[in-house]
Amino acid sequence: MTAPTLLIGIVIVLYQEAAPAISRFGGGFLVTSNWNPVTLDFGALPFIYGTVVTSAIAIAVAVPVGIAVALVLTEQGAAGLRGAVGTGIELLAAIPSVVYGIWALYVLAPFLFNHVEVPLSGRFGFIGALSGPSRQTSLFSASVVLAVMILPTLSAVSRDVIRAVPKGLRESSVALGATWWETNWKVVLPAARSGIFGATVLALGRALGETIAVTMVIGNRPEIPPSIFSPAYTLASVIANEFTEATGQIYPAALVELGLVLILVAFTVNVIALLLVRRTVSGSM
Amino acid sequence: MIRARNHWRGYKNTIALSAVYGLTGLALVPLALVLGYTIVKGLPAAIHPEFYLNVERPVGIPGAGVAHAIAGSGIMVGIASLLAIPVGVVSGVHLVDYASGRWASWVRLAADVLVGAPSIAVGLFAYVLFVAPQHHFSGLSGALALAVLMLPVVIRTTEGAVALIPASLRESGLALGLPRWRVALQLVLPAAAPGIITGALLAMARAAGETAPILFTGFGNRSWNLDPTQPMSALPLIVFHDALTPYPALQQQAWGAALVLVALVLVINLSSRWVLRRQIRMAGQL
Repeated sequence: MTAPTLLIGIVIVLYQEAAPAISRFGGGFLVTSNWNPVTLDFGALPFIYGTVVTSAIAIAVAVPVGIAVALVLTEQGAAGLRGAVGTGIELLAAIPSVVYGIWALYVLAPFLFNHVEVPLSGRFGFIGALSGPSRQTSLFSASVVLAVMILPTLSAVSRDVIRAVPKGLRESSVALGATWWETNWKVVLPAARSGIFGATVLALGRALGETIAVTMVIGNRPEIPPSIFSPAYTLASVIANEFTEATGQIYPAALVELGLVLILVAFTVNVIALLLVRRTVSGSM
Repeated sequence: MIRARNHWRGYKNTIALSAVYGLTGLALVPLALVLGYTIVKGLPAAIHPEFYLNVERPVGIPGAGVAHAIAGSGIMVGIASLLAIPVGVVSGVHLVDYASGRWASWVRLAADVLVGAPSIAVGLFAYVLFVAPQHHFSGLSGALALAVLMLPVVIRTTEGAVALIPASLRESGLALGLPRWRVALQLVLPAAAPGIITGALLAMARAAGETAPILFTGFGNRSWNLDPTQPMSALPLIVFHDALTPYPALQQQAWGAALVLVALVLVINLSSRWVLRRQIRMAGQL
């Protein structure tokens, strides 16, 4: 009883609080890119852009690694190694977001700046998305932290999905003389495809809503930058930074509306993902 | 021809295997780096006893500590647990023992969606419900936000633990004429207790590490405060605020607080994994 009530309650409460902004800006809120608390002119586009781009890069980086981890975790032999990897991934999931944030701010972002962003924008700067000048706090550093943070979700759910592939399929493939790689690439992974897609969408949901670590390294600039090496902003981090300072009626309502957009998107993404995963895991058991 | 082809298949297999194991190794690099840096940078602050005994001091005055944040985290997570754990356990047991079919699967889906809810939005929710009507931040509103985040985790882990209990236990209780609520309360719940407790502990560890939901509910407090109706500090808030200051002394404070958080979370996780594994083994023997 409690969970569905809470779910609906959160949406209703946020909707009511955002009502002044919703009635004032209408649908234009989602497609304009002004963010000016002085003139009370608000548009969500830069934050939507930042959220989507960081999440997309994070997914692109994390999916191959997550599937590799899932394959190792579902391997038949090497129980000791499997246990160690499993524990490691679970600890990765347990580390608080703010700890990833402080690490990213002082260690990861400077490293990426010196060894990835500057060389890349020096050599490939003519491509808009890789152009300089790069900054330590950027879309790119935020995406890499996000990739690390969604990896546990991706690999744990993919592991469950791959484990649910009928044993007979794997065994038939091996019996026909297929190598380990051929079995996994041509038989196991295709059979688990929709579940792995579900795992990816679930991880996307986590990435969209992740707040603190991203806030600490994305640079917090409310504009749509041409380059991924420039500072930007996400829906969650603008709320985290500005909500306590927002005064008046429209400014806080606009921030709550950003939260409402975020939570509606996250809920939709999660429902799709969970249905996909559930169908794969329960359908074959 | 065929031999050459088989050689190629073998090579391809070796390359793919090394890529898969290489990527898995790569996945564990951040874990080692985060733990390593937190220990190395956090120890200089966390090694002093004053760190756990004193409260914040103005920049430049030595002997600052995070005692108020430890107390604040403890109180907020404590109140959140009192709210979320009983409700979550009852919902979880109910989900296995009473609800069935379509409705139960909807409740399960709702709980899973709630697990993935953006924590910052949950903070906004608690702000609107508690902080806005009272016109000031408070530890209680922070506890409410944390409780919302803990609840779905407690529901799902309780459900998992109860589902491990063999049906024969339930059936023998019913055969002896016990009403269903007594079977659930006096037979199933005690048998599932270790799993439920570890689930609750994991949820508490998660809540203790959350920053976003308490940013504008608990808000933070520079002085010693045990009154939950007033603004309260917490360890994650110290890490977040102090890490972003330009003062090396405060940054060190942030690393120290991060180390305390990580130690807490890791101890709870590793020990609960151990207990859970034991319970699963025992359930297998029943």
